[in-house]
Amino acid sequence: MLTFVGLGLYDLEDISAKGLEAIRSADFVCLEAYTSLLTGTSLAEMRCYYGKDLEVLKRDDVEQHPEGFLSKAIDTNVVFLTGGDPMVSTTHIDLRIRAARMGVKTEIIHGSSIVSAVCGLSGLQNYRFGKSCSLPFPYGKWCPKTPGDVIKKNLADNLHTIVYLDIQEDRYMTVHEAVNLLESMVTESGFQIPCYVGIARAGSPEPKVRAGVAATMRETDFGGPLHILVVPAGLHDMEREYLEVFAGYGNSDLL
Amino acid sequence: MVRGKKMVERVMELMTEPAHIRNIGIVAHIDHGKTTLSDNLLAGAGIISEELAGKQLFMDSDAEEQARGITIDASNVSMVHEYNGQEYLINMIDTPGHVDFGGDVTRAMRAVDGAVVLVDAVEGTMPQTETVLRQALKEQVRPILFINKVDRLINELKVDEMEMQIRLGKVIDKVNKLIKGMNEESYNNGWKLDASLGTVAFGSALYNWAVSAPYMKKSGVSFKEVFDKCKAGDMKSLAQSSPLSEVLLDMVVTHLPNPKDAQKRRIGVIWHGDKESPEGKSMLNCDPNGPVSMMVTDISFDPHAGEVATGRLFSGKMKRGDEVYVMGTAGKSNRLQQVGIFMGPKRVEVEELFCGNIAAVTGLKDAIVGSTITSLVNITPFESLKHYSEPVMTVAVEAKNMKDLPKLVEVLRQVGKEDPTLQVAINEETGEHLIAGMGELHLEIVTGRIKRDKGVEIITSEPIVVYRETAVQKAGPVEGKSPNRHNRFYLVLEPLSDEVVDLIRKGEVSMNQTALERRDILVKAGMGKDEAKSVKDIKGTNMLFDMTKGIQYLNETMELVIEGLHEALAGGPLADEPVQNLKISLVDVKLHEDAIHRGPAQVIPAVRGAVKAGLLMAGDSLLEPVQKIQITVPTDQMGNATSQIQGRRGTIFDIMSEGDTITVVGKAPVAELFGFAGDIRSATEGRAMWSTEFIGFELVPNNLVKEVVLAIRKRKGLKESVPTPADYLA
Repeated sequence: MLTFVGLGLYDLEDISAKGLEAIRSADFVCLEAYTSLLTGTSLAEMRCYYGKDLEVLKRDDVEQHPEGFLSKAIDTNVVFLTGGDPMVSTTHIDLRIRAARMGVKTEIIHGSSIVSAVCGLSGLQNYRFGKSCSLPFPYGKWCPKTPGDVIKKNLADNLHTIVYLDIQEDRYMTVHEAVNLLESMVTESGFQIPCYVGIARAGSPEPKVRAGVAATMRETDFGGPLHILVVPAGLHDMEREYLEVFAGYGNSDLL
Repeated sequence: MVRGKKMVERVMELMTEPAHIRNIGIVAHIDHGKTTLSDNLLAGAGIISEELAGKQLFMDSDAEEQARGITIDASNVSMVHEYNGQEYLINMIDTPGHVDFGGDVTRAMRAVDGAVVLVDAVEGTMPQTETVLRQALKEQVRPILFINKVDRLINELKVDEMEMQIRLGKVIDKVNKLIKGMNEESYNNGWKLDASLGTVAFGSALYNWAVSAPYMKKSGVSFKEVFDKCKAGDMKSLAQSSPLSEVLLDMVVTHLPNPKDAQKRRIGVIWHGDKESPEGKSMLNCDPNGPVSMMVTDISFDPHAGEVATGRLFSGKMKRGDEVYVMGTAGKSNRLQQVGIFMGPKRVEVEELFCGNIAAVTGLKDAIVGSTITSLVNITPFESLKHYSEPVMTVAVEAKNMKDLPKLVEVLRQVGKEDPTLQVAINEETGEHLIAGMGELHLEIVTGRIKRDKGVEIITSEPIVVYRETAVQKAGPVEGKSPNRHNRFYLVLEPLSDEVVDLIRKGEVSMNQTALERRDILVKAGMGKDEAKSVKDIKGTNMLFDMTKGIQYLNETMELVIEGLHEALAGGPLADEPVQNLKISLVDVKLHEDAIHRGPAQVIPAVRGAVKAGLLMAGDSLLEPVQKIQITVPTDQMGNATSQIQGRRGTIFDIMSEGDTITVVGKAPVAELFGFAGDIRSATEGRAMWSTEFIGFELVPNNLVKEVVLAIRKRKGLKESVPTPADYLA
C-alpha cells in the first residue's frame, strides 16, 4: 500500500489527524523535499514528532529511480510525504500511475494547499483564477517567457494568476526577484501588470501579505521563505476591501 | 634606446594616415629563414643593431624559442620605412612555420592585409608553404614572394647562372600554381606573382641582401653581378649596394595594400554583418571617427600589466579609459587600461590608437582570442577563426606539489586563453587536467612553458591520442523522456554529408551568418530547402535541425535542447570521446505547459540521453587522427623511408624523384607515429628531410576497435562494458 500524505503548509502541526495516523502505522516513510518544503520545522523535529525514521528523497530518487520504495509498497505500508497537497505537484501524478501499474494499492490523504491558502490570505475569489504558472530562475540564456504570456492572457480575460516561485536545493525565489523578472518580461512584450499581491510564509502564525504596484513590492520586506505571488485582475469590490484591510492595498499606491 | 624612442614618435604620427600604413605578415615553411629575415628588416629600420641581426633572433623573445632556434608564437613589431621621400608605417607579424603551431598563423592572417611568402631556393615550396599560403588567401591577404638562400644554390649546389635563373623561375611558377588553385579570381585580378613587375624578390636573409627587378633598375646591380659576388664570397658589398630591408620594404610599400584599400575588400569576407550599418560603413572605410571594431588575435600575459590583448583595429580609435564591449559576454563594459603597440618583445604605450593598425591593449578582461571588441553594445561578431589543424594529442598534467594546485588551475586557464588551438579541460575534483594540442612538439613546448615561465612544477603523462566518435548509419526516431516524463523529444540521427562538413570546416556555414544566407549556401550544396532553413545549432562539425512545426514553447526551450545536445557531443557513449559529423533532427516534441516542469533539470537529461542512445543505434564508431607524411631522402635510402610509413599502418600514395633525391608521400595514424622523428633519423642515417601534417580523422580498423575502446575506457575509469541504448533511455 502506498499512501500519499500531504503535510500542509508550514510546520509539523499542519498535517491532518488521518495523515498522522497513517505515518505512525507505516512500515516505511519517505519525504519528498524538492517540489515544496516545510520551512517551519526541521527533519529532526519531524522524526521526533512522528516517532519514525524518514528517508529523504531527491528529485532523482522520485523521478528516475522510484523502484526502490515502490517495490517496498507491494507488501508493506509505505507513506510518501509531500508538502502541501500531494497531487498539486503534477510530477506525483506519474508516480501514482507507476505504482498502480506495478499492482500497488494507493491512497491519498490530502493536506492544505497553497492554492486555497492564497484565496484565504488575499481574499481573491477562488472562481476568478485563470491558469497558474511557475516562474523559474533563469539558467544561462534560458529565461522562458511563458509566465508573462500566461499573465497577459489571464489579464485579458479578467482572471487572477497564481505565480509559483522556483524552489531549488540551495535557494528559493523571493517576491522581489519575481517582480523584477516579471517586470522586465512585460516591458519586452509591451503590456503592464497593474498590481501584485505578494505572500510570504502562508500557514505560519505570521504570514506577510502585501498588495500594490511593483514599486511597493520592491519596498516591502517580506522576510523568510517561502514566498508566492499573485497577479490579480480587475478587483471586485469585496476583493478590494479585503486587500485594503488585510494587505495594505491603496495605502501608498493611490496617492 | 634613444633611437627606439624616436621611432615611437614617428610611428605615432604615421598611425593616423591609413594610406601610409602596411600591415604585413611573414609566412613560410619551418627553417626557410623567416625570423632571420624579420631581424634584418628591424635592423634596417634601426630598431636593433646590424651586427646583432641574424644572431639575436629578436623576434624570438621566448627563451625556449631561442634555444630551439624556431619561432613558437607570432610576434609583432612596428617600424618606419622611407620610400620616394615618404615615410611608411610597417606593422609586421612574424609567424611560426612548424605545423604544430598553425593556429598562430591563422590568427596573424586576420590582423594583416599582406603577406611576404618566404621560400627556400634550394628546398622550394614545402607542405607548410602551401598551408600558410592557403590561410593567407582565405583571409583575402595579398601575397608577395621572397626567395631566400639564393647563395646556397650557387655555393652548395654549384649551379651556373643559367641554371640559377631556371630554378628560381620554377619556384615562382610553383607558388603561382598554388595561388591559382586556391583563389583563381584574385590570381586573375593581379595577384599572380611576376618578377618583372617586382612582386618577387631574391636574396639571402642571412647575408642581408636582396634584389628585385625595380630595385635592380634603381641600383644598377645585375643578376650577373649577384652571381659573381656570391661565387666570390663577397656578399658584404651586395648587402651595401642592395640591402635586404630596402628591397623588401620597397616591395611591401608598392605592392601590398594599405588598410583603407584592403578593408574594402576584406571586410566582406571576415565579417557578415549589415554593410549599411554604422559599424559596417565605418569598417569598410577604415574610419577613425566611427565606432570601435577590433578583433583580438592574440592574448599574452605581462607580469606587470596582466593580460595583453593584441588585434587589428578595423575602425574607430582607442584610448586609455575608454569603455568597450566584448561580444558574446554579458554586455558589461570593459575599461581600457593601456593602449599601445608592439616593438618586438616590448610594448610601448601611446596616447591614442587609430584604426588600420595592430593594437595591444590591457583591461579587456572578458576577451579571449577571437573576440570582437566594440564601442557599441551589440554588433555582429567577426567570422570566427578557423584552424586548419585540430588537436590530435592530449597530455594529462598534475601539480607536483599540493600547494601549487590552485596556481596550476590559474595557469592552465591563461594557457588556454593564450593559445586557442589548445583545448584545456580543468578537473578541480581529481586535480588531473587535460591539455589537447596539435602534436608532440606543441605539447612539449606548452608544458615546458608552464614549468619555466609560470613557475609551476608539474608531472605530465605520456601523450595520448585524441579520438572521435561518429554515426555510420541512420537511426530513430529515438524518444528521449525527461525525468518527470512530461516532456518528450523525438530525434533522428545520421551522418552529416561530407559536403556540409566541409562547408562548416571552411567556415562558410556558421551560426554567425543570417539564417537566409546560411540557407542559400546549404541549398546550393544540395540540401533540401526545408532542412536548410531549420538549422538551430552548429557545434564542431555537428548540426541540429528543428523539423517540427508549430510546437508551443519549443522556441524558449531550444537553448536547453542545445545544451543537452552539447553535453552528449562532448563525449559519445562508446569511449566518451568528442562526437563529430553528426546530423541531429528534432522531428517531434511534447512539452509540459508550465515553465518549471520543462526546465533545465528536465530537458537537458532528456536530450542528452536520447542523443547518446541514438548514437549507439546509429552504429557509433571510433575515428582516429591521421597525418600526411612527406619524406625526402637520397635515392638509395628510399626503402628505409617507405618502410617507416608502411610499418606504421600507413599507406603510400606518391613517390617522386628529382635528381638524386626521392620524395615519398603517404599517411599514417597519429597513434603509430610516436617516436617517428628518432626512428626515421636512425633508419636513414640522418639523411631524411621530412614533415607531417594533419589531414583528418579516419575510422579505426575493425579488428582494432575493441582493443582501443577498452583501453580508453580503462584509462578514463569508465565501466569496461560499452553501454546499451536502454541505459540512456529511462
